[in-house]
Amino acid sequence: MVRSAHLMMHSPLFDLLIHFLMLSLLATGGAITLAPEMHRYMVTEMGLLSDAQFTASIAIAQAAPGPNILFVTVLGWQAMGPMGALATTAGVLIPSAGLAVMVNRISRQHSDAAWMRALRQGLAPVVIALMLATTWILSEQWWGEFRILALAVVSAALVATTRLPPLAMILAGALIGGLGLLDSV
Amino acid sequence: MTETPRSLSDLFWTFTRMALQGFGGVLPIAERILVHRRQWMTAKDFVETLAIAQALPGPNIVNLSLMVGDRFFGVRGAAMALAGMMLLPIVLVLGLTVLYQVTADLEITRRMLLGMSAVSVGLIAGMGLRLARTQGHFRAGWLIGAAVFLLVAILHKPLGMVLLAFGLPAVVLRWWQLKNGAQRSSYDA
Repeated sequence: MVRSAHLMMHSPLFDLLIHFLMLSLLATGGAITLAPEMHRYMVTEMGLLSDAQFTASIAIAQAAPGPNILFVTVLGWQAMGPMGALATTAGVLIPSAGLAVMVNRISRQHSDAAWMRALRQGLAPVVIALMLATTWILSEQWWGEFRILALAVVSAALVATTRLPPLAMILAGALIGGLGLLDSV
Repeated sequence: MTETPRSLSDLFWTFTRMALQGFGGVLPIAERILVHRRQWMTAKDFVETLAIAQALPGPNIVNLSLMVGDRFFGVRGAAMALAGMMLLPIVLVLGLTVLYQVTADLEITRRMLLGMSAVSVGLIAGMGLRLARTQGHFRAGWLIGAAVFLLVAILHKPLGMVLLAFGLPAVVLRWWQLKNGAQRSSYDA
């Protein structure tokens, strides 16, 4: 069915919407676990964005208030403008939102049920692996650029060991970058 | 006793206020406002609802918003809570994006974004590491995690395939372990 829809409506925007609709229910443990797949589709396969644009989208979303899923909106906007933002955001949200409302009505009392604990605990290692995979994929553009990688590593260590507010760290990153401290020249 | 939202617009603005206060994570603020300030749910209720929100696909905070909205005003409430959580933040983040795009040719923009990007990538790794520290109890998880990392990061395999091959068995295995008396994890807390 999806295949024939592709053939009928041969627009990149429609493809983008379909792809994000399909990804929605795979978003285990939050939207950032989708980043590797979005990178594969938008940067590697379709060439809609550059590596730098993709990573900048995540940085911009983290610098703004609100849920982290906003990086998906920024990705869509950068790839195809307002309609792109609408396609990625609606695509990634609608299926999982529908499911959340349905489950909410069925199982308000069952948050302790074994299957739900199994879901959370079983998927936790997958979620962690996907977050680290995201880091890996996004860092590849900086291989050999020692200072940039060092800043990323220090940030990771600070997040893992302190309670520093993420916004303060991102602003510090903007300052460090703005002063030209990351340029290898 | 818990309170209820006065109206759909009360729901909308409460979630908007929540979203606007959350830089790099809205959940702690959601708890403060929903449980303590507005008292729309008890602490226990919050934890239980969050547990379901975490088990389902999609962002935890978005699922939680939908479930709270749905509880008070049905589907309209769910939509309103979601809109509250997303609408104004979207406007703000797109404002930043446009600012980035119109100044993209400037050297200073490129440099600042490079610094922000490096920190952002570090943030994601740091969050992953923090979560990893809570994972001692599920030994097979380390193997599964390593396999997922290899397939996604190095071999660039599609996510759907990887989840089917490793996520599903991990859940089944964990279900079997829990049934046979494995301990609760701290990830649950």
